[in-house]
Amino acid sequence: MSQSNATMNLTMYRISSWLKSPKPYLMFIGFGFVLSFWYFSVEVWKLPRFQDMPALTEVIEEWFSKDPYYGLSVYTPEYYKHIGISLRRIAYAFFLATALGVPLGLFLGWSQKLREYIFPLFELLRPIPVLAWVPLAIIMFSGSETPVIFLTFLASFFATTLNTMLGVESIDEEYSRAAYCLGASRWQTFVHVVVPGAMPFIFTGLQISIGVAWFSLVAGEMVSGQYGLGYIINTAYIMVQYSQIIIGMITLGLFGYVTSALVRVAGDYMMQWRVRELALGGD
Amino acid sequence: MNINKVLSKFSARATFRGVIAIVIFVAIWEFGARSLDLIGWRVPFIGLIPPPSSVLTSWSNLIVEPSYWQSWYMSFLRVFTGFIVAMIVGIPLGLYMAINRTFYGIAFPSFEILRPIPPLAWVPASIIFWPTQEMSIAFVTFLGAFYTIVINVLGGARSINRQYLQAAQSMGASQWDIFRRIVLPATLPSIVVGSAVGMGITWEVVVAAEMISGGGSGGGASGGLGFFIWSSYVGGSYEQIIVGMISIGIAGYISSELLRKLGGRFTPWLKTR
Amino acid sequence: MSTLEKNDSMPTTGAIRIEDVVKVYDPDGAAVMAVDHCSIDIPAGEICMIVGPSGCGKTTLLNTIAGFHGLTSGHIYLDGEILCGPGQEKAEPGSDRIVVFQNGALFPWKTNLENIAFGPMMEGKLSKAEIYEKARKMMVDAGLEGTEDAYPGEVSSGLRRRVEIVRALMNEPKVLLFDEPYRALDSLTKSVMHEALLEIYYKNKVTIFFITHDLEEAIFLGHRLIIMSSRPCKPKKIVEVDIPHPRDYSVLTSPRFREIMNEAKGVVNEEARKAFEAGEKEG
Repeated sequence: MSQSNATMNLTMYRISSWLKSPKPYLMFIGFGFVLSFWYFSVEVWKLPRFQDMPALTEVIEEWFSKDPYYGLSVYTPEYYKHIGISLRRIAYAFFLATALGVPLGLFLGWSQKLREYIFPLFELLRPIPVLAWVPLAIIMFSGSETPVIFLTFLASFFATTLNTMLGVESIDEEYSRAAYCLGASRWQTFVHVVVPGAMPFIFTGLQISIGVAWFSLVAGEMVSGQYGLGYIINTAYIMVQYSQIIIGMITLGLFGYVTSALVRVAGDYMMQWRVRELALGGD
Repeated sequence: MNINKVLSKFSARATFRGVIAIVIFVAIWEFGARSLDLIGWRVPFIGLIPPPSSVLTSWSNLIVEPSYWQSWYMSFLRVFTGFIVAMIVGIPLGLYMAINRTFYGIAFPSFEILRPIPPLAWVPASIIFWPTQEMSIAFVTFLGAFYTIVINVLGGARSINRQYLQAAQSMGASQWDIFRRIVLPATLPSIVVGSAVGMGITWEVVVAAEMISGGGSGGGASGGLGFFIWSSYVGGSYEQIIVGMISIGIAGYISSELLRKLGGRFTPWLKTR
Repeated sequence: MSTLEKNDSMPTTGAIRIEDVVKVYDPDGAAVMAVDHCSIDIPAGEICMIVGPSGCGKTTLLNTIAGFHGLTSGHIYLDGEILCGPGQEKAEPGSDRIVVFQNGALFPWKTNLENIAFGPMMEGKLSKAEIYEKARKMMVDAGLEGTEDAYPGEVSSGLRRRVEIVRALMNEPKVLLFDEPYRALDSLTKSVMHEALLEIYYKNKVTIFFITHDLEEAIFLGHRLIIMSSRPCKPKKIVEVDIPHPRDYSVLTSPRFREIMNEAKGVVNEEARKAFEAGEKEG
């Protein structure tokens, strides 16, 4: 069974069994509730709290109109420009954080000595909320792009390193013992046992990492950025273009979900053995 | 060889190593920050920030200022309020979703769709909706912790060993009994873990919200450590920025530890060997 | 010793000599003696069954031979050369003594074939083609043809055990150390495993150090039973199994088998009861 074939099969199986269950219908009922609540509270009942909130119909109209009142809809190029810029920032930050965090996490998990040196320092810096770094980032880095990417990177980096390290620690000791028995050196054991063994945890960590990345990106963009989805939301608020806020939020949610799913699929692809194991065990 | 001596020697070495790394870090920071004065050339990035020595001086001045501790108080208040509300709403919701499949089918997808939207993105909407600024910050804080807690409760409840439930049923337990005596205690460890993680996120959100709404709409009344950092930046006292950062780090650590200790009280069985 | 056939097919290497070994753990400062002045002489090529109640320290002994941790005092020799002793309390794990673990330690991220080829690949003395050819041949010999490209997670646990044994044998070890490998299998699969193990043994004579608490398994497989006392572990009784090899399952119902069973059972039950009561006191 080729690699992509097995992943495809698992995905198709998951989709078809989902469709056959009552799940899709319940899901739409749920969405229906939320959307109708929004619609009714703002437009029909006109509840006092909800007075200034943008209406559901207004948002939908605006989002899909060819000539939007406030400037952003699926038809305007600016919309995609902002999305693209946010995505680009996420890409830089995330890949850099992964490239640095995964090896660091692997070594921290593997080498007791290194962990004794570095981990205390790491744990001292980690509790500082990423946003608290904003002023420092602005001071340290010139321009408006770099601070934002730095912040996003920082958040991802801590999450990735920590999860990778925990992943290495969770590997059953028997695997490395077996490797030693079979004549592997410490380095060989690291390459053939620790790295593949930690993969499932690494990918879970990466999913967390990308979620955290979006979190920080939005914060950074709201505070000091010139484009991007966070910026849209903030500006829309300042310029009293409330429906844009919702559009920005929904777009964020969408791309947040998509990027996270991409990471998960990448993980599935790289860990064929896991995919097949799960496929046999059922859902 | 005395066993205790061996043990203390071991952990002393580890502590020593950790301390060395931190000392080197601080030393590089001090040197880099003072590089313009020391060697006539400004080291990139580090050269622009205040050195640890000035940070310490600034901090010692701040410790006697009541406004500094007022910021601490405000942030702590917001964190714990938002967190407690998130637990009050989130734990029952998570448990109910775990027990009732239909409810899960209805509620979970909507929950999942909303989850990727970062809590901060809710800030403007929150400000529009809630009457006071405090409430809007509280709402956003609540959201941050809420998602984590629900996910953890769900995960914990769903992984309950089915045999516990079957054993209870065969002994004649009612639905309510099963819930109270099996589901709830079994989920508690996950709740504790979820709370610890949620606490970290809560701090992130509180600080962010304080910076954004305090900094953005000129709310001097907001206060809090996040606002403290932002106004230090705006006011040009860069040392205070770092003081603020470290303060928040410490505050976050304290709250996580408190939570862990508290959680340990509720789950005594986890401590036994 | 007398039950081993003295003919040319017996190997000349793999004799283990455990001499007055003591192992004391001190977790949290409370010294726990796991192995108490244990002395055992295992000639080359013998299947030596170590029988005893759970938690009595048998695994500790195995781990010391394998080199996963050191001993407190005493010596262990392999073919007259010292493995560990005062001055070098911990032996180096190596491919002359390979462990087959209780829960199986096949690498889930490698295919069965890759697992089997692992040892020689790490050693690097032969070319990849040669190694894989030998691996395939060994798989065919062991009746595992067709499962080469499957991952361990995809095949049955019985098959996994057999792959693990073949993996060990690829390195031509002197000693195979088994740590209750069949404990988690149902009795039907177990019987198949026993016959398979004996078949493998007849083709590749190695010394086997096999820990079990299953008396039937011990008598069926072993040349000798060494019954251990409850913690701390010390040989209490040695039972010779003089049923000739090659054996098959008809042996199980032979009168001699039952005699040996009776001889051993009393002692084993006594130790089991002691261990049980000790557990009750602790609890």
